[in-house]
Amino acid sequence: MSINWFKYASPASFLPLAGRLAPWFLGAGAVLAAIGLYLGLVVAPTDAQQGDAYRIIFIHVPAAWMAMFIYVVMAGWSALALGYNTRLSAMMAQALAPTGAAMAFLALWTGAFWGRPTWGTYWAWDARMTSTLILLFLYLGVMALRASLDDARRADRACALLALVGVVNVPIIYFSVNWWNTLHQGSSISLTAAPKMAMLMLAAMLVMTFAVWFYCIGVVLWRVQAIIVEREDGAAWLGKPVQA
Amino acid sequence: MTDTHAVLPAFAWALARDLHIALRSRGELGVQLAFYALVATLFPLTLPPEPALLNTLGPGVLWVAALLSSLLALPRLFAADFADGTLAAMALSPRPLAALVSGKMAAHWLTTGLPVVVLAPLIALAYHASAADIGVLVVGLALGTPILSMLGAIGAALTLGARGGGSLLALLVLPLYVPVLIFGAGAVDAIHAGLSASPHFSLLGAGMLLAAVATPFAAAAAVRIALD
Repeated sequence: MSINWFKYASPASFLPLAGRLAPWFLGAGAVLAAIGLYLGLVVAPTDAQQGDAYRIIFIHVPAAWMAMFIYVVMAGWSALALGYNTRLSAMMAQALAPTGAAMAFLALWTGAFWGRPTWGTYWAWDARMTSTLILLFLYLGVMALRASLDDARRADRACALLALVGVVNVPIIYFSVNWWNTLHQGSSISLTAAPKMAMLMLAAMLVMTFAVWFYCIGVVLWRVQAIIVEREDGAAWLGKPVQA
Repeated sequence: MTDTHAVLPAFAWALARDLHIALRSRGELGVQLAFYALVATLFPLTLPPEPALLNTLGPGVLWVAALLSSLLALPRLFAADFADGTLAAMALSPRPLAALVSGKMAAHWLTTGLPVVVLAPLIALAYHASAADIGVLVVGLALGTPILSMLGAIGAALTLGARGGGSLLALLVLPLYVPVLIFGAGAVDAIHAGLSASPHFSLLGAGMLLAAVATPFAAAAAVRIALD
């Protein structure tokens, strides 16, 4: 049996598929989030050292993971867009960028709220925080470049190239920030001591990770529909134009 | 007449051409150096002028100023050639575009990066830097500023004809400059802490070689995207 992988590479055939899948992913995300938050906020015990402040990790950690992962996925779609010159790949990359930026922002914001009661400061120039901040700037750069190029096809390819340059640089940036951080071991804050987590906390975190995962897939599929309709507006297969 | 034969002449031709143009408009060069000196002058005015404090901040300030002045000079790399069609002619020519682009990068560093390296010791003196500090700073800048020109060329090509101009270019390029800044400024911090600066130099050198291999192709691809 051979599968035609390129069938859904066309926006025309992908649009209805995305429309069918997006509600399922969003629904699964909502159910998992409800379970995960119940486990994390109600069932899981209060941490002996951090009190209840630790509970923000059930949002913070999945968001931080997704922020990094989405950049890699975006770069993957970008590579496909440049290699195969498929419009849908570039549209997927375009749809991923705002969600990635939102996840990076969420990770930083929740991290600040966690840091205040736990470390006594909203912000420390910790390696992970600093590189997440730079990651946020990389997302904003891709989005800003797209916004400032009028020709959508040129924007596709320019953003794809930028995302690929970025993904090569992300490990180097992380390494350099880590290096800088270890050179300046003046601060009293140490993040390296990972506390042992209770099984229940770990379970809640895993459920929340899947919830965030499904939410991101769902919302990206949702956004890509809007992008397809906006960019293909006027095409015969789409029917009546939306814009005047 | 194969492409392999054409690489070095193409590089040399683009380098000579851009150097020639840059030397015809020396005023621009001076403006960029003045900007570098000016940024470095502004920082002490925001602080109590204590030698110890300035000595600590000096390397970082000089590096940030180098980043900003490199950024300021980036649009010159392609903008004029893009506007008058020279860039399109280069892309159409049988000479490899990556070689032409690396020639332009080299000329850009010689006219905007090298002057910064040369001027840095003078400004470092105003920050009460010791002779050892200045030596490390200059070696770091000499290894690091070429990376800025090479990485910046990708951003400069991507933003050709884009709205948003300079601030967009800053948003694209400055995050990518972070490792160069950290290793460059960190080299001086390392000797302040009694450590050797050579790991920093090795990393900067490795970064420069990596950039020299990879960025001409990325920048050439960006130029082709801009010309489409």
